[in-house]
Amino acid sequence: MLVYDTRYRSLTIQVVFLFLFMAGAAWLIDNTLQNLARLGKDFSFNFLWSRAGYDINQRFVEYDSGMTHGRAMLVGLLNTLFVAALACVTATVIGVLAGVARLSTNWIVGRLMTVYVEGFRNVPLLLWILVIFAVMTEAMPQPSAFRGDEPAASMLLFDSVAITNRGTYIPEPLFARSLGDIYVGLFYISLDLVAVIAVFIASLLGNRVLLRHAERVQNETGVRPRTWWKSVLILFVPLLILLSALGFHLRYPELRGFNFQDGIFMRNSLMALWLALSLYTGAFIAENVRAGILAISRGQTEAAFALGMRPRRTMRLVILPQALRVIIPPLISQYLNITKNTSLALAVGYMDLRSTLGGITINQTGRELEGMMLMMLVYLVISLLISLAMNIYNRSVRLKER
Amino acid sequence: MSETHAQTAAYVRDTMIPEQAPPGSEFGAIHWLRSNLFSGWLNTLLTVLSLGAVWWLIVHIGPWFGNAIWNANSLSECRAILDGREGACFGVIKDRWHQLLFGFYPGHLYWRPVLALVLMLAALAPVLFTGVPRQMLWFTALYPGVAYWLLWGGSVWFPIAALAGFAVGYAAYLLLARVSTLIGTIAAFLAPVLWWLFASQAVADALQSVIPLGIQPVRSDLFGGFMLSIIIGVTGIALSLPLGILLALGRKSDMLLVKTICVGFIEFIRGVPLITLLFTASLLLNYFLPPGTSFDIILRVIIMVTLFAAAYMAEVIRGGLAALPRGQYEAADALGLDYWKAQRLIIMPQALKVAIPGIVNTFIGLFKDTTLVVFIGLLDPIGLSNAIRADNAWNGIYWELFGFIGLMFFIFCFGMSRYSMYLERKLKTDHR
Repeated sequence: MLVYDTRYRSLTIQVVFLFLFMAGAAWLIDNTLQNLARLGKDFSFNFLWSRAGYDINQRFVEYDSGMTHGRAMLVGLLNTLFVAALACVTATVIGVLAGVARLSTNWIVGRLMTVYVEGFRNVPLLLWILVIFAVMTEAMPQPSAFRGDEPAASMLLFDSVAITNRGTYIPEPLFARSLGDIYVGLFYISLDLVAVIAVFIASLLGNRVLLRHAERVQNETGVRPRTWWKSVLILFVPLLILLSALGFHLRYPELRGFNFQDGIFMRNSLMALWLALSLYTGAFIAENVRAGILAISRGQTEAAFALGMRPRRTMRLVILPQALRVIIPPLISQYLNITKNTSLALAVGYMDLRSTLGGITINQTGRELEGMMLMMLVYLVISLLISLAMNIYNRSVRLKER
Repeated sequence: MSETHAQTAAYVRDTMIPEQAPPGSEFGAIHWLRSNLFSGWLNTLLTVLSLGAVWWLIVHIGPWFGNAIWNANSLSECRAILDGREGACFGVIKDRWHQLLFGFYPGHLYWRPVLALVLMLAALAPVLFTGVPRQMLWFTALYPGVAYWLLWGGSVWFPIAALAGFAVGYAAYLLLARVSTLIGTIAAFLAPVLWWLFASQAVADALQSVIPLGIQPVRSDLFGGFMLSIIIGVTGIALSLPLGILLALGRKSDMLLVKTICVGFIEFIRGVPLITLLFTASLLLNYFLPPGTSFDIILRVIIMVTLFAAAYMAEVIRGGLAALPRGQYEAADALGLDYWKAQRLIIMPQALKVAIPGIVNTFIGLFKDTTLVVFIGLLDPIGLSNAIRADNAWNGIYWELFGFIGLMFFIFCFGMSRYSMYLERKLKTDHR
């Protein structure tokens, strides 16, 4: 018997396993083909090039109902990525602050943060999205409440942000001497934005060169040259020059007629999704941060103190570099969770990938098999890209054991 | 040095100074306040801000609870009673609690889910706490059949015939293991499957026609509320742990093929949102099954939720396996244990212990994820809250309703996390 011979045992088991697996796969595919034939459907992705015929209320690239289902999918994908990116940033900020605050010696702050973390972690995300959406739509003032000499509601932050029950209005950045847009095959990209990002990255690189130089001087002479004002100059002056050259200004939202005009309009669905994702994931990130800091043994702090370092410098040079190694992998998987959780947008009608491709497109074309497969593929690619980033990071910070 | 007495050196004290109380600022409430709340300008600022936040909450929530109205049949009635004051309207909970808990389950049959819940606690007790007599585990093993029968009703013979599948498998093993252990093992897996596919329904029908024993059946679409969440959550939890262990072992396996398939499965499931899997269950499963078959939507959801949680569970358990030193595997080999014995007696007890926090986190995540079934039309608490808010009488209510649902989830999830801490403390064997 092949199973009893250790030389062939694993091979035999694998062959049997493969046989069973193939049989199962063949059974599924055969069933699918039969069912498709019975329903009179074929398997094709041609529907992506047919007219969509529905509107999407938030779009970052040009779109109207006359365009194709494929285009609608792109709009939905960008909406998904947009809210995911927003939520990642705010969740990180909230999570790091809450995680550090929970470790603080301040009794009240510690308790409040415990309440926050436990409260958000133990209640479903969907419930938080619905609660925030309900608060935004039912408890916020109507635009008309902002009118009159003694309005019932007022705008926040020096009359620049208006929170109404229809959505939130924030100032819009504009350029008086704009560089125009460039067409990159699928959509237009604002050259102003590209220029700003390019200058900012150049400034960061310049600052890095400066710091490296300072470190070399410190290593040679033992005295670190003063760098903070040079850093400030390098980081901000080129950006300010560019912005003033482009004629940067803000256009504030203004109440005209029955509603606010101008400014950027953020729908309640976006706000609810963004806030709920940030607060919910922030609670998880807070726990990761806390665990990361606690994972560094007390001896490290004591050793740093024994060397005469002050608490702040100990934190920056000894604790944080080691804690980050523990914190960042779970942090990245939280980003992955945020991206996947954006699919709950369905509950508040935010037009993400799930609502465009996985919702209206499937309903209109009846291509649920192809649509779902494509959608799963897109999510899978995003996830794999994020895990790739995580693996690269892990490799770069791995302890060099010799 | 003993010659140097106090007498010869007059300046040396020969009596101890009596102990003195520490200065007033070093103990008691004032010291605590100073070191904990006002130890620097930043800390002081944070304290003041936090106190402000707590005060704001008390000022706003206090009257809201203080003026709460329990006896009202609609939001407008509530507002009329409140007469402009701020106050909660818990009338909605009083009016609809039975829906939030049981969905549209027939009112005169509420005793059945309640009894199932009580029996579930009894069945869980020997699993959760070691102090409970071990014989109770027999009841735990039988509980799934009991619970199914109580919840869905119908003939008592159906769950009995289904449970009998395990007995059939065991009997097949006993019979054929004498011929060869391998054939016996294969038969132990094959016989129950054949039994369930071909014999169990017929046997149940035959027994039912001979001895009709049954209670009123309840359709799946009447299930809802927390009852539905608990059914999906508990079944998913119970099934995902063994499946997750198998997947984790498959991923650690030396066999390339098994490993590849397990890795592919885990990464696929972890890469897509649960919603897409649930939609697959509700829209696409009909494509993958032979034409004309269709089975219960709750069962489909349970399968998908289980697969989803199992992939996460596998990763958590893999972490636990990775934490074990290599020597443990080698020691098991040196003792001459075969693969399954080594896993059962040496590896898994330690790996699972290390992985407890992660496992319980996955359980909590799964229980919270049961709310997503609202998207495929099942009436879980959130689906019911949407229905209640759409009702004319309660249109515009949200804090009271969402607060109640959130509180229920909080109790379950917080309870689970506390239990995991208790378990970790109990199983802690290292002496730090």
